[in-house]
Amino acid sequence: MSAVTARDVSRIYTQGDVKVTALDKVSLTVETGEFVALAGPSGSGKTTLLNLIGGLDTPDGGEVTVNGMAFKTMSSSDLAELRLSQIGFVFQSYNLIPVLTAEENVEYILRLQGVGKKERKDRARAILDDVGLEDKYDRKPSQLSGGQQQRVAVARALVSNPTIILADEPTANLDSKTGDSLLQMMREMNEKHKVTFIFSTHDAMVMEAAKRIVSMKDGKIAEDKTK
Amino acid sequence: MYTQLAWRNIWRNPRRTAIILTAILIGVAAMIILAALMRGMVGGMVENAIDNMVGHIKIQHPDYRSDPDISHRLSEVDGISKALKIVLPESARITQRIRIDGVVSNARETAGIEIVGIHPESEIGISFIGTAPVEGSPITASDKNGVLIGAALAKKFQTGIGKKLVVATQRGDGESGSRAFRIRGIFHGDMEATEKAYLFISLPAAQRLVHEEDSATEIAVTLARETSGKELEKLVMQCRTALEPFNVSVYGWKDLLPAITAYLAMFDVFLLIWFVVIFIAMGFGIVNTVLMAVYERMREFGLLKAIGMRPARIIRMVMGESLFLLILGCTGGTFFGLGVTCYFAETGIDLGAFSKGTEMWGMSRIILPVINASDILFANAVVLLLGLLVSIYPAVKAARFTPVETMRQN
Repeated sequence: MSAVTARDVSRIYTQGDVKVTALDKVSLTVETGEFVALAGPSGSGKTTLLNLIGGLDTPDGGEVTVNGMAFKTMSSSDLAELRLSQIGFVFQSYNLIPVLTAEENVEYILRLQGVGKKERKDRARAILDDVGLEDKYDRKPSQLSGGQQQRVAVARALVSNPTIILADEPTANLDSKTGDSLLQMMREMNEKHKVTFIFSTHDAMVMEAAKRIVSMKDGKIAEDKTK
Repeated sequence: MYTQLAWRNIWRNPRRTAIILTAILIGVAAMIILAALMRGMVGGMVENAIDNMVGHIKIQHPDYRSDPDISHRLSEVDGISKALKIVLPESARITQRIRIDGVVSNARETAGIEIVGIHPESEIGISFIGTAPVEGSPITASDKNGVLIGAALAKKFQTGIGKKLVVATQRGDGESGSRAFRIRGIFHGDMEATEKAYLFISLPAAQRLVHEEDSATEIAVTLARETSGKELEKLVMQCRTALEPFNVSVYGWKDLLPAITAYLAMFDVFLLIWFVVIFIAMGFGIVNTVLMAVYERMREFGLLKAIGMRPARIIRMVMGESLFLLILGCTGGTFFGLGVTCYFAETGIDLGAFSKGTEMWGMSRIILPVINASDILFANAVVLLLGLLVSIYPAVKAARFTPVETMRQN
């Protein structure tokens, strides 16, 4: 069973009186454990495709399936449950909750899953150790660097043991050294936990790290290349 | 963690939180202070009215209220008093009076007045005249020529202690009767109107004036202050049963003071209206603050939905923040309101500057606020419940943000 299947997916946005086709009948299949980069310039439809795969947005045409579950047949509550249990998100601007510490930010998703307090703490600390933040448990986002915040975001995405991680330009706000280190870490996670990673990026370094590059242009897949 | 998160969220913008907390605090304190003040005013009005020759229970001839004439006097006064003593608690005080309309005059002035024949000693604890400050000397039970007038009347008549006054009224036989009295003392009442309304003589002197020995127009009873409304109603019923053979009417003070009784019945509704008015002003502040906090955190709510948080939990989280604000504001407001009320309950609020107005409403010059636990609970309940109610709007707004929408807007 494929991790993700998008079949003839379209998404059209309306801006005033103008209709903008963000995705035009895109089809994509990603197998479990793949490390895929969605590449392309701004406006090519990378983020829109990620949002549709994550169930954050609804396609105007076509169908998206994650781990065999078709979004079309699912209620918004079922989609929320799917995101909580099977999909992890990493955003370009980290999106950490500013009033919570690094540990609490990671723990929060486990709290939503109803995991007990001790297990939450243990798992949050273990994953923070994995991403190299073993001495930053009690730091709030404002006390962390951009790279460290993105690591917390990755830890948060991984802590709930998702099968898929969707990362929207995860290195865009990081310097090359920090970005490289983050990619290394995500590659390790991909290999260690067999988690499927799908990135949107136009960063050459990320594309180099990816095993498969899906290039997008004007809302369509221009090239799909596996290394 | 939800509680912790809600608590930390409200302190993200301490200045804004401080402003809304101050608004809630002032609102709740205003509700408590105003309720205590109004209760003090109403309590004072009731006490003044009861002290003002009304008492808690009154026994009169059935026709006396519609025609307060000496012909409608009580017969068998001693028998009635004895029957009352059997029914009433030991702490009850009983007195007999003659109250008739008449005219008082001296060389300069003439005025209509209510002539009140009293047992001066038994008025203590029953009506204001028992304890009113008196210049000169009070009248005694055996004083047949002495009269006690109010300071305002003395001023109007330009008279003083030792001077003569002529008092005229209708006698029991229907003829007019008049007698000269000498002013023994000048009393000071809580209200100027009282000082002009009454003229006190001893009960035997009043009986002589109307040519009706051993008679009275009313028997007044005062009960212990702590007597509840229900106890009073029960006692009135018992008195009616006990006095059935005497053909008299028995009234509780609520029957005698219908205007105050009606006001008391509406009092709680007035309070509720006032509380809601204060809340409406405060409610806009609450909605505005919570909405601002929600819009500032759109991206965060989008993220929470993206990671799988259900809308109901987002609503709970925002409502939790509102609840914290409301609890803090209500607690502060209650303590502040109680502090201010307790201070004024000790010192009183002197409305002497508005004495004409206060007298018109039968209020005392000094208002002593009365703290009532139910008012405090009521004020807090109104703010908490309505506060949560108005917070539903921003909370639902927060729950409706879609992740994509918030990412795009930021």
